[in-house]
Amino acid sequence: MASSAIASSSSPFINKVQKDVGLSTFSSQPSFSLHTAKKRNSRKITCVMAPQQTERKPATSGSVKTAMTMTEKILARASEKPMLSPGENVWVNVDVLMTHDVCGPGTFGIFKREFGQNAKVWDREKIVIIPDHYIFTTDDRANRNVDICRDFAMEQNIKYFYDIKDLGNFKANPDYKGVCHVALAQEGHCRPGEVLLGTDSHTCTAGAFGQFATGIGNTDAGFVLGAGKLLLKVPPTLRFVMDGEMPDYLLAKDLILQIIGEISVSGATYKAMEFVGSTVESLTMEERMTLCNMVVEAGGKNGVVPADSTTYKYLEDKTSTPYEAVYSDDQARFLSEYRFDVSKLEPLVAKPHSPDNRALARECKDVKIDRVYIGSCTGGKTEDFLAAAKVFLASGKKVKVPTFLVPATQKVWMDVYSLPVPGSGGKTCSQIFEEAGCDTPASPSCGACLGGPKDTYARLNEPQASFTIFV
Amino acid sequence: MAASSSIRTYIPIPPFLSPRNPQSSLSSSLKLTSPHFSPSSKPLISSPLSPALPLRAATTSSSTPSPHTPTTTFHGLCYVVGDNIDTDQIIPAEYLTLVPSNPDEYKKLGSYALIGLPAAEYPTRFIAPDETTSKYSILIAGDNFGCGSSREHAPVALGAAGVVAVVAESYARIFFRNSVATGEVYPLESEVRVCEACRTGDVVTIELGLGRLINHTTGKDYGLKPIGDAGPVIEAGGIFAYARKAGMIPSLAA
Repeated sequence: MASSAIASSSSPFINKVQKDVGLSTFSSQPSFSLHTAKKRNSRKITCVMAPQQTERKPATSGSVKTAMTMTEKILARASEKPMLSPGENVWVNVDVLMTHDVCGPGTFGIFKREFGQNAKVWDREKIVIIPDHYIFTTDDRANRNVDICRDFAMEQNIKYFYDIKDLGNFKANPDYKGVCHVALAQEGHCRPGEVLLGTDSHTCTAGAFGQFATGIGNTDAGFVLGAGKLLLKVPPTLRFVMDGEMPDYLLAKDLILQIIGEISVSGATYKAMEFVGSTVESLTMEERMTLCNMVVEAGGKNGVVPADSTTYKYLEDKTSTPYEAVYSDDQARFLSEYRFDVSKLEPLVAKPHSPDNRALARECKDVKIDRVYIGSCTGGKTEDFLAAAKVFLASGKKVKVPTFLVPATQKVWMDVYSLPVPGSGGKTCSQIFEEAGCDTPASPSCGACLGGPKDTYARLNEPQASFTIFV
Repeated sequence: MAASSSIRTYIPIPPFLSPRNPQSSLSSSLKLTSPHFSPSSKPLISSPLSPALPLRAATTSSSTPSPHTPTTTFHGLCYVVGDNIDTDQIIPAEYLTLVPSNPDEYKKLGSYALIGLPAAEYPTRFIAPDETTSKYSILIAGDNFGCGSSREHAPVALGAAGVVAVVAESYARIFFRNSVATGEVYPLESEVRVCEACRTGDVVTIELGLGRLINHTTGKDYGLKPIGDAGPVIEAGGIFAYARKAGMIPSLAA
């Protein structure tokens, strides 16, 4: 009877609904979904004497389907358990481990120290090594770190190592990709239902594909290299429902800044963020990646967008690995739910020095800008450059401050130079940028986003009066 | 030695290292520790398995505590920071070319710990101008400590600089995780906002088993939240030692 009362509580949410469930109560309370067991399941039960138990949770019988969120389902499958609740610590099998030139060398050092000098990685086809952070620099240590990645990839016969040897001309390196999170997607390493770990906070970007993806440290990654699994805590899920037609002056970056402004830079700490609703369904894969990319800026463990036909279409020519998408159950329990009418939102900016220092773009119309930087894993994708080109096209004016362009990957760079911008009469982004007086698009890499060595392109080496915009 | 150890750090006996056979358990524990952590660079322990042998012997000889109650105590000067200290302030990106698993670069990372804190707000520097380690062994912080870029270099830099424990109101997830996985620092959560009640240079003691932070300078005493599931991992000396203990990965070949 208790559960029927609860079942009726799933009334429509208005704006934000805080469900009366704390993190600690998750594992201790019996599941609400006792009565949601399907008849076909109960038919399996025959007359058996059950052993005496002090407390017999419905889930332990294995015949009752317990409602789970998609994050819980992915982790349940990866840990070979029938069900999981937030707060549980489980050993999860890893489908893909990604590392790059900044954390790779440390990860390999730990792997060798702990598993032995002659140890072999758990699966040479499940490791992806992407040099991308400090590439086009004369810094000896940075160059050495790429060499360490190459030596390890050779020694271990790593299948996916996107090498760069000729720093003078990135195009002479057909294997070189650029920013790891964008490259992972473009090379088909992001697949629904899988677990992807990476030594980078923005690994959560891959959640756009309906998978569990999160950032880990060198020590954890060194462990995964040898063992192929990692102890993870199952996060509770915050759900963000975004409905309404998205005005053409908005991008996914506005949506996620809206959310972070709402919940703060620690509002999702330890939690999963699930993005659903008609607006999210209408977003392209690149836009979904922007949404999930900044989950970590709210402290989140992972972000997820349910896979759909957009996802499958993107993956069509990128992977032949079979995958299986999972979705949140109707009765799944969310820590809280937020609703947004996207048709009413306005373009936003995050002011210095925090991603939750949100302001409406029009409130900042009198702020002087010293330089503009378009790039990074969040804002350096093909569609980001197309959006910028459209703005230049519409204004017809020239830039007044230095404007730096860093395509995330070699593929994006090619797009910038070859894709016609709609409504431009066949011009490419690069032509439009040149006419507007922007700097020539740079070699693809993380560029100045992370700072890096002093000679990093577009790095701010002197304090400036106002700020740089990372679009 | 006993006198000096009483004001310093006691090393807990991890429950899986049976006190029955201290010699063999000691040697196995040494095998598990990270060889690059130079004990001389850290007067106070960073992880329970750091090879500070005399201190460990001192604990073993005292009355045996319950195996599940860690007796670890940290004592020293504290350095106090505010909210949302991100990893770029803990170790700025330009130093990330340093590889933490390389012993020389490990020390170098330590010498840059917290160098990104703005000088105007933090006139007393965490590491004195001509030093490579810090005299502050306990870091006290506000909300969301270690947010931003996920670099493991952050807890490593703190550990290499001589920090044994951080007491913050809350942590960013990856920083917390990296602290546990490496065993570099204990990431402890305070029940109340201690970063406004303590000042840099105060003499403090952390009683891990009792869950207390004692500020001897002000005479006040604060509660710490239980470390929970992370406790056994840190106690074991990090994720590798923990997994070996659980039989998930084989022991290192000699």
